[in-house]
Amino acid sequence: MLSAAQDLVYGLLPTEEAEDLGLGSLRRHHHLGFLISDDEKSSYNYLKPGIGDLSSDVDLSAFGLGLEHRRYLLAFFSVFGVSIYFGFFCNTLPSFNFKAEVMATAVMNMTTAALDWVSIAFDAPLARAVVFGVHIDGHLVVEVLLIAVILFQLTRKSYKPPKKPLTEKEIDDLCEEWIPEPLHPPITEEMKLEPPTLESAAGPHTVIDGKEVVNFASANYLGLIGDDKIIDSCVASLEKYGVGSCGPRGFYGTIDVHLDCETRIAKFMGTPDSILYSYGISTIFSVIPAFCKKGDIIVADEGVHWGVQNGLYLSRSTVVYFKHNDMTSLESTLEKLTRGNKQAEKIRRYIVVEALYQNSGQITPLNEIVRLKEKYRFRVILEESHSFGVLGNTGRGLAEHYGVPIEKIDIITASMGNALATDGGFCTGTARVVDHQRLSSSGYVFSASLPPYLASAAIAAVDHLEDDPSLLTTLRSNISLLREGLSDLPGLTIASHPLSPIVFLKLKNPTGSFKNDLELLNKITERALKEDSVFIVSTKRSVLDKCRLPVGIRVFVSAGHTASDIKKVSDSLQRVAALVLAEHI
Amino acid sequence: MVRLPYVTALTTLFSYGLLFAFGQLRDFFRKIIDWFKSTSKDLKGYAPICLGLEDFYTRRLYLRIQDCFSRPIASAPDAWFDVVERYSKDNNKTLHRTSKTSKCLNLGSYNYLGFAAADEYCTPRVIESLKKYSPSTCSIRVDGGTTDLHMELEFLVARFVGKPAAITFGMGYVTNSAIIPVLIGKGGLIISDSLNHNSIVNGARGSGAAVRVFQHNNAPHLEEVLREQIAEGQPRTHRPWKKIIVIVEGIYSMEGELCQLPEIIAVCKKYKVYTYLDEAHSIGAVGKSGKGVCELLGVDPADVDIMMGTFTKSFGSCGGYIAASKEIVQYLKHACPAQLYATSMSPPAVQQVISALKVILGEDGSSRGAQKLAQIRENSNFFRSELKKMGFEVLGDNDSPVMPIMLYNPAKIPAFSRDCLKQNVAVVTVAFPATPLLLARARICISAAHSREDLLKGLEVISKVGDLVGIKYFPAEPPKHGHQAHKKVE
Repeated sequence: MLSAAQDLVYGLLPTEEAEDLGLGSLRRHHHLGFLISDDEKSSYNYLKPGIGDLSSDVDLSAFGLGLEHRRYLLAFFSVFGVSIYFGFFCNTLPSFNFKAEVMATAVMNMTTAALDWVSIAFDAPLARAVVFGVHIDGHLVVEVLLIAVILFQLTRKSYKPPKKPLTEKEIDDLCEEWIPEPLHPPITEEMKLEPPTLESAAGPHTVIDGKEVVNFASANYLGLIGDDKIIDSCVASLEKYGVGSCGPRGFYGTIDVHLDCETRIAKFMGTPDSILYSYGISTIFSVIPAFCKKGDIIVADEGVHWGVQNGLYLSRSTVVYFKHNDMTSLESTLEKLTRGNKQAEKIRRYIVVEALYQNSGQITPLNEIVRLKEKYRFRVILEESHSFGVLGNTGRGLAEHYGVPIEKIDIITASMGNALATDGGFCTGTARVVDHQRLSSSGYVFSASLPPYLASAAIAAVDHLEDDPSLLTTLRSNISLLREGLSDLPGLTIASHPLSPIVFLKLKNPTGSFKNDLELLNKITERALKEDSVFIVSTKRSVLDKCRLPVGIRVFVSAGHTASDIKKVSDSLQRVAALVLAEHI
Repeated sequence: MVRLPYVTALTTLFSYGLLFAFGQLRDFFRKIIDWFKSTSKDLKGYAPICLGLEDFYTRRLYLRIQDCFSRPIASAPDAWFDVVERYSKDNNKTLHRTSKTSKCLNLGSYNYLGFAAADEYCTPRVIESLKKYSPSTCSIRVDGGTTDLHMELEFLVARFVGKPAAITFGMGYVTNSAIIPVLIGKGGLIISDSLNHNSIVNGARGSGAAVRVFQHNNAPHLEEVLREQIAEGQPRTHRPWKKIIVIVEGIYSMEGELCQLPEIIAVCKKYKVYTYLDEAHSIGAVGKSGKGVCELLGVDPADVDIMMGTFTKSFGSCGGYIAASKEIVQYLKHACPAQLYATSMSPPAVQQVISALKVILGEDGSSRGAQKLAQIRENSNFFRSELKKMGFEVLGDNDSPVMPIMLYNPAKIPAFSRDCLKQNVAVVTVAFPATPLLLARARICISAAHSREDLLKGLEVISKVGDLVGIKYFPAEPPKHGHQAHKKVE
């Protein structure tokens, strides 16, 4: 388009005419560049003598200066004219070509005439004026004027629309008009539902509404709820230390059992050190922000639970998600992030995965993760809340299950509210990793410490597990028994890993919306509880949860369940699912 | 408010400058030594866990005085407790426990009402609940984590604080950090007191709402901020804010100050914004019947939209609660991630709170609750006035059981803490980052469990050490007691 316009300018104006107009100089001085042509040189030469002789010949110099002077104005007007023409040309291409040509010529002629007149008017009275040997002529006057204008403009402040602050009255009105949204959305029937209330301990059998039920809703994997040894250690602890610790760890909230518990867990896991948190869920969302800051890179699984999501968000790091439990997706993500990125070496990089996903019951392939982590030099944060005390021959978690040396995993966190049947959480790793958290992890620094009796319970539970690993054999045989019983459920399919103590049942034919799926599943769990005294639960999703994995029924298997308990739950699910899902099979 | 003397500010800055310079020097030599020693190539390609100066403060300042913090104890945090002695072989870099303990006066724990130790009414009930329910439910509240104890506690808490309904959580920190994002999100505005606790800060950050800060405890400034924000609306789009929540604390734990609640509530009502009151330190500790700052300052709980508190302090347990309207609680029970993903509160801890509340309410059939409340008020006011008479710079308001004593200079932090401990008084010293760099302080927490003799012993030691360390920034009042204390030192 531009070159077309250029050609047109040249096509329009015969060379001589252009020279007469001083267009030659225009071309030279023109900053757009594209106007320069071969003609330029000759026209410049033609003008030059006029300028060169300016001191000796007044007339000539007047003419020459006139030309020089005209050049500035002409430059402006010509650009103006060309742009008008250009705009016109663009709009009317190509039928008005001829008309445009005529018009442009006319404009040019008019401008030239006007300029000639202006030059003469300026030059005439000053033609022979000499002050201190300097000719005062139109050229100088215009330049001085221009400089003055430029200086004037430069000294002025840039234009700002005048600020008119709101008057007090206006602010009052605005405040009056403002209507805030309510603190909560409209209350639906669903929100009014109260969860079942337990009237006894949440062991394999519990009491709801005065009726004994089989409990498959508690993550009491090792069946340690109600264990005498644990309760005895708690009683001793309660009598010695009271219930609460009445202070954060920094300010006399560190009780010797906390330190003992940290050592015990580290010894059990085979790590150098560990650190206790006072609540399971706060562990992971304090640990991630303690290590990952703004600018760091985190690659995380898209199926991680809310605690992890919250940690990722609070860290303000760059978070990239990979497909749920998909190692090729992880590898390509890592490749994309590191390839050719020299900067990546200088910033901290973490992979965040759950050992056993509570949202799907899948187990993360740790051997693959370790290979990728070493290849791309990422650190790993492993969330072991549901696998600690469950996976591995002696319950030491995912690393033991895959036979990966524990040192290869940089940071391990876990909640003690599941297999250990107590509360709180811990993080374990090297001394460097642990010590760093003691001043930088907000959930550790700014919270009261774990009630000492729960730390005692954790010690007793770990002791129990180490003394009696047969609990794990029982748990595993219970899991496979249940999976057998649930293998051909109408409308539901098992989606969890064969070793997962959370047996995750998802709909064979999902309705397409979470809400409807959940309604169906809740119907099943409600009827199972009411009609068969079998306590099972469905996935819960908070409004803040960004996980998009399918919902399902979660059956929590425990080593405390008997074969008849398991038969009861499979029979009940067979029956109820067939009734509820009759239309969805 | 703190008025930092000019000379003190200068000496404090100089001290930190010196510490910084020496730290840098040590870092420099450390680098050279490491460079000679470096043999491990394993870590190549990994960025360090802490970049550059991120952990400078910890390495070069904190570690030198780390024996003043995280002192382990080997008993209940009652009026007197056993502090475990520690030793270090490497200039405080690592500390090792010994089996020796020393009995110290506890002026550091948040044991306001003395429920930390075994209690004749609470402990038997707690043990009974432990045997019945076990330490944990291993389940979330909406699945199998709700026992009848939890329901009882929620009714009781609602009744105690004077709100229609309540919901409980297993940890105070999580209560704040998981509730705020459910109540407000993008397009909302949180106006937070400048000295609010970290859990509130994290909750606000996690919510995605915009956060503005108003000057600590300054209602006129809050009004100014509110007017500006309501008039301006959201940044860039200038749409009106969806909702605005003002978050304040009942007692500020590092200042010992009571919230200017009546003034703040008046402003909030005027501008139709919601109020969120964190009573972590005030519930149970202040007010005629222990109902917190609302009772003490004469504010109707109905005027506060969300009342939050913890069970860690006055009730000697763990966990936290939110008390609000029935609808809000229903919504929270349905939507809050701490209800849907976190293990429910441990049943024996629930029982501890129930029993403690019954004692406070006088429903245990004795007047112990009222006595405890009278005792804490009397103890606090006595201790505060005595400290002031001695010439210490004490922050905070009357009736507040938290009283910070200003130390300022970094060297005075370990000096004060160690010397008090030598004389069997355990105090808490607080420095950066919990306080501004120049405003290091010691913090005394008074308990109803302290007897008058305990307090006198504490005052005597603090006075002695205060003279030694030089933190009596004001002239001492001339009454007899002060004179005697002075003579003793001489």
